[in-house]
Amino acid sequence: MAHKPIHPWPLRLLHALNALAIIMMIGSGWQIYNASPLFGFTFPETITIGQWLGAAIAWHLAFMWLLVLNGLCYVLWSLASGHWRKFLPLTPRLVWQDFKAALSFRLAHETGAYNAVQRLFYVGVLLAGLVLVISGLGIWKPVQLWFFCDLCGGFVVARYVHFFAMSVVVLFLAVHLALVIAVPKVLPPMIFGGRAP
Amino acid sequence: MIRRRALLQRAIALGLISPLTACDFDDPAHPDLADKFLSAMSRWNDMVQAALFNPHTLAPSFRPDQITRPPRFNAFYDISQAPVVSPASWRLALSGQIADQRPWRLDELQALPQQSQITQLTCVEGWRTIGQWAGVRLSEFLRRVGADLTCRYVGFHCADGYYTSIDMASALHPQTILALSFLGAPLTPPFGAPLRLRIPTKLGFKNPKSLVALSVTNIYPGGYWEDQGYNWFSGS
Repeated sequence: MAHKPIHPWPLRLLHALNALAIIMMIGSGWQIYNASPLFGFTFPETITIGQWLGAAIAWHLAFMWLLVLNGLCYVLWSLASGHWRKFLPLTPRLVWQDFKAALSFRLAHETGAYNAVQRLFYVGVLLAGLVLVISGLGIWKPVQLWFFCDLCGGFVVARYVHFFAMSVVVLFLAVHLALVIAVPKVLPPMIFGGRAP
Repeated sequence: MIRRRALLQRAIALGLISPLTACDFDDPAHPDLADKFLSAMSRWNDMVQAALFNPHTLAPSFRPDQITRPPRFNAFYDISQAPVVSPASWRLALSGQIADQRPWRLDELQALPQQSQITQLTCVEGWRTIGQWAGVRLSEFLRRVGADLTCRYVGFHCADGYYTSIDMASALHPQTILALSFLGAPLTPPFGAPLRLRIPTKLGFKNPKSLVALSVTNIYPGGYWEDQGYNWFSGS
């Protein structure tokens, strides 16, 4: 009889496609930002995707479909499979306990289960993704999709909302990748499935 | 073993991505695989935007005190190179599926009913500027010259060689005007004198300045930026 994987194949596939979409969206988004910077800096051209604004927008508006459709598939699969239960319970007290434990290196890695800090991170990045999609649609179509634009405080404010939500995702990625480097054994199961204990 | 497979997969993934992102739209006459993919997605986004387009949804209007001052100039050249057109000898040439193709003089356009709007011009770069434009509704003008309103495109040519085109549904939108004035005075050369298209339901580069010719057609006319890779519909 086959072993139960740590990460079932739909999750691995969704994760891989999401990683591709996120890289393409952030890289092309930085190039778009450079055309009209909100702050006193631009992103180095070597780490942006699309060599000029027209190409960057084309990449951004092509991969937004992968990001959104893949995200919808993730939500549906989470609801259908019960995956969403892994994010609960999530209370400030639990987060604080696990956060203190992590800082003192007393927080054990439990294969296939999320501690409260992880739950907060994953729920947080999912919310940031939702904000990115809503503000992005508002910036793309401020007239036809005016409700998304208004929800973000209008066109000018929506660009800042989009930027800060991107920053949250980039911060998440930094922690996410740092933890994979710190605990490398978590990487193969995300590619090959692994075996649940 | 697992490490080797993981490395190999990563190498394949990188190999797939890097040629795609190498240099896009650098040679429109010779599109590579990435260009073809991006163009196909851009055509798909044109269709989605046409389906999303509601002819009754108006672009937001602003108060006079919200107008951006001084106004922001923008073109693919410096402000000193903006074309200067003699209003007396200027004509708007008409072609394509239009019954009455007699060229139009400026005073004839000035004699038509004028509509004023304070709207936001959103640039593809991400900035926006608020201005007041007034002129003739394009839908009114197209009906007057007997244009075939079932055609797909309205194309525009400018005194500086710029050209662009829009879909007929957007052309007939009530806020789409052939603007004759900007900020309460006749258009000046940097802002599109003597006549420009003002279409607040599309991005700034779909608002051609210093018009010299208008055509109604079913043959895709493209555009200066669109032919280089910008999305054609570019609706707001």
